[in-house]
Amino acid sequence: MAEPVLMAAEAVSKSFKTPDRAGRLVLDNIDFRLKESEIVAILGKSGSGKSTFLRVLAGLIEPSSGRVLYRGNEVHGPAQGVAMVFQSFALFPWLTVLGNVELGLEALGTPAAERRERALAAIDLIGLDGFESAYPKELSGGMRQRVGFARALVVDPDILLLDEPFSALDVLTAETLRGDLMDLWIGRRIPTKGILFVSHNIEEAVEIADRIAIFGSDPGCIRSEIAVSLPRPRDGGSAGFRQIVDQVYALLTTSPGRDGGRRGAKAEPGIGIAYRLPAAPVQQLSGLIDALVEAPYHGRADLPHLADTVGLETDDMLPLIEALQILGFAHVGGGDIELTAAGRAYSEADIQHRKVIFGEHLVRNVPLAAHIRRILDDRPGHRAPKARFQRELEDHLDEEEADELLETIINWGRHAELFAYDYDSEVLSLENP
Amino acid sequence: MEQRWGLPIVAWPARLKPTLWDLLALPLVLGLLALFAWGGSQMSAPYAFGQELPISLDPRVLPAYALRTVLRMFWALVASLLFSFAYAALAAKSRQAEKLLIPALDVLQSVPILGFLSITVTGFIALFPGSLLGVECAAIFAIFTSQAWNMTFSVFQSFRTLPGELVEAARMYRLTAWGRFWRLEVPHAMPNLVWNMMMSVSGGWFFVVASEAITVSGQTIMLPGIGSYIAVAIEKGNLRAIFYAVLVMFVVIVLYDQLLFRPLLAWSRKFKLEELGEEEPARPWFLVMLQRARIFDAAERGARRLLESLQRGAARRARGSAVRPRPHLALPEWAERLWDATIVVIALAGLAWLVLFVRTGVAWPEFGHVVLLGAVTALRVFVLIALASLVWVPIGVWIGLRPAIADRAQAIVQFLAAFPANLFFPLAALLIRAYHLNVEIWSSPLMILGTQWYIVFNVIGGAAALPGDLHYAANNLGVRGWLWWRRVALPGIFPAYVTGAVTAAGGSWNASIVAEVIKWRGETYTATGIGAYIAHWTDVGDQQRIALGITVLCLYVILFNRLFWRRLYDVAAERLRMD
Repeated sequence: MAEPVLMAAEAVSKSFKTPDRAGRLVLDNIDFRLKESEIVAILGKSGSGKSTFLRVLAGLIEPSSGRVLYRGNEVHGPAQGVAMVFQSFALFPWLTVLGNVELGLEALGTPAAERRERALAAIDLIGLDGFESAYPKELSGGMRQRVGFARALVVDPDILLLDEPFSALDVLTAETLRGDLMDLWIGRRIPTKGILFVSHNIEEAVEIADRIAIFGSDPGCIRSEIAVSLPRPRDGGSAGFRQIVDQVYALLTTSPGRDGGRRGAKAEPGIGIAYRLPAAPVQQLSGLIDALVEAPYHGRADLPHLADTVGLETDDMLPLIEALQILGFAHVGGGDIELTAAGRAYSEADIQHRKVIFGEHLVRNVPLAAHIRRILDDRPGHRAPKARFQRELEDHLDEEEADELLETIINWGRHAELFAYDYDSEVLSLENP
Repeated sequence: MEQRWGLPIVAWPARLKPTLWDLLALPLVLGLLALFAWGGSQMSAPYAFGQELPISLDPRVLPAYALRTVLRMFWALVASLLFSFAYAALAAKSRQAEKLLIPALDVLQSVPILGFLSITVTGFIALFPGSLLGVECAAIFAIFTSQAWNMTFSVFQSFRTLPGELVEAARMYRLTAWGRFWRLEVPHAMPNLVWNMMMSVSGGWFFVVASEAITVSGQTIMLPGIGSYIAVAIEKGNLRAIFYAVLVMFVVIVLYDQLLFRPLLAWSRKFKLEELGEEEPARPWFLVMLQRARIFDAAERGARRLLESLQRGAARRARGSAVRPRPHLALPEWAERLWDATIVVIALAGLAWLVLFVRTGVAWPEFGHVVLLGAVTALRVFVLIALASLVWVPIGVWIGLRPAIADRAQAIVQFLAAFPANLFFPLAALLIRAYHLNVEIWSSPLMILGTQWYIVFNVIGGAAALPGDLHYAANNLGVRGWLWWRRVALPGIFPAYVTGAVTAAGGSWNASIVAEVIKWRGETYTATGIGAYIAHWTDVGDQQRIALGITVLCLYVILFNRLFWRRLYDVAAERLRMD
């Protein structure tokens, strides 16, 4: 393609400081290009660093090494011509719709009259006319995000960076807003030359993007890219569309351990003690297994189809799938999921027996669970403070990640009755209350 | 645009046409301005040190006195606002500054108001020789010290809890530091700040007597004002004058509430990130007038235009700076450590200097004695908080569960919190004398007179905020009586109660200086305690002993906050939150 490059990341890495000052790598040596008249989607599981990457491109976060170029100039801070739309809208609650939209121009030093005129035009464009004097509080989520878009578009941005702009909205509202944005883009009614957006919704990405970059985690990197050359407007039901969705699902659900899990992992395909387990609620796991067993799947399902049936979005679905894989209840490959014998046994068991199976698989397949159980067995009083494990995990993870991981394993362990946990004293033990 | 004489012709805009509200607004505003001007001129009247300022007990002078007190409190509030923003901005922007400023604020907060007064007043008088302005400044400063600290904490807290995405949006749309301050930081700080301002003014009223009757080197200067009026009335034992003072204070506090705080509170709701519940906020009449009357429209427009032109200038200077490297501001490791060390050295040096200074006039055994006195006051504070809790928690819960009463009760409670303890001296003295009561015990209630209301206030708020579903569930399970209190009400209001009790305890320490010495008609009843110690030596003017007393009191307050209240607070925040 001969299109000129709008924005480029060259060997961008980012590490955040940890308490022991070792530094924790969140973005690893990323090369990326956004070309003119192109929409690129970044997909990846939550916590993979895709939002951090977007912020590095936006100039909000300085990379630790490597550089970001905007039309050939190095970026060291938010650049004029790059606008951003935020997941939680980031509207100033004390400014009216008009005030919020004018804000971007205010900083540019645009005279008041021109500012007003352009803001009104942007409000008009995004379908907010009539709400100029409303405060964000008075608006529904969808309308609020329209303000977010109007505020971004009013500065006539060259590049639009979108950070999961539709994920805080309900399905219907998101679809309408997405459609309106695409109309503006296809109809060339906005001067924007390129859009980069972070998403966790596969269908959304396939519907909008010309190219999808799949983000791997620990540390974040672009694992693969898929070009989407379907003609617009795209039909979500068409065979070509479904095929690409399948493909993306397959890429996103490659078995854990292989997923670049360098940190804390032993050798593939097993996982290490500090592997960041997906925060999957046990109730949802058993629900998903039940759904898989029943008709029409009978133990084997196409992932996008299954997600549709159980009504879960991609980023709710991915942790469940990973958890089932880790526990050995299911295999995933080529965008399909299949229950293992253990998974089937689990589905046929009653509540008490399910707990037993869950516990067996937990100890066998999750090193952290086995580790905790061993320590508690060995200690004379069969008790150990949570802080003990927290410290151990913080050799590999930052505080917050270690916290999340412990929360997940405590939830799983409690459910399986592997061990007990007392919230008030923060002590793990073997006693059964 | 059409022009005449080189100027654009602008039609008189419809939005500036006067409304009926203007009829009300115009005289009100002009009247206020005139009063301000008069009060201001009185402040800078000539005055020579040593000159006696006559305080009349004639009720007809009371309105003028009240006005002068109100003006003092107003200027103190303005100063507190400026101080809050400057101090908080500095502390929030730089980690190095924070390490020094926030602990310093913690100490300042625990220094009793009299402490500031006795130390600074001579300096202020020297600043404006031959004018009353010096003494006025000292009084304003004293009021300022009773208002500023909690406001500063609240602003600092707000600056530190700016929502991340809003900060990013501000950066993305490249607001200048100036624009960010006005567009993001100040608005975000507003709701909590207004709330704390209300608390502060209540506190200011409570100490109004102490701040207007100033003792310098054994001589008392009485500034014309409602505080001095009360002081003289108490000295002379004039019950009728006290009654008038109470009446006027009532009117003034109601006016303050109606003209300043109700409108401010309603207006500040707009800066809240999320609207709580569906309650339609009440619209105070004064705010409606401000919003409807056109003269304010014009004024607001002017102010906005001024701000904007300032901002445009700043934006122009900053333009094009986006794609240029910015210098790194992070300090190297060793510099950070050096700074930490410097802070510790400064703190130790300050302490050493203080000890040496006190030692010039005080023998070591007295140090121990003062610590003992502190323990006596500590015991008093604890018993009082416990008693007040026993009385007010059930009542507060009862009120809080009845929304119709709760609304009115909060306004009344706020008003009661503003009443100076001195006003109750006559009652206490009369009772003590008539029934030969023990001063050690019966002077104590005065300490908690002003501060118990914080407990009431917070408990009402906490009870009102209990989710309705919780009540239904409790009802449904048949939970009632003592079980209901133990399992539903008490845990539910605990976080709010702790907040109230912390404030009440802190305030009681401060109030001990006023409350441990009761004066009425020339008789003095003194209780044992650190408050009485400080009050006594302030009267005498012994700088060393004042310093010693205040230091020990501060240490007690800080110690109790750290070791007791902070922990209770953490427990409440961690375990008994509603979400």
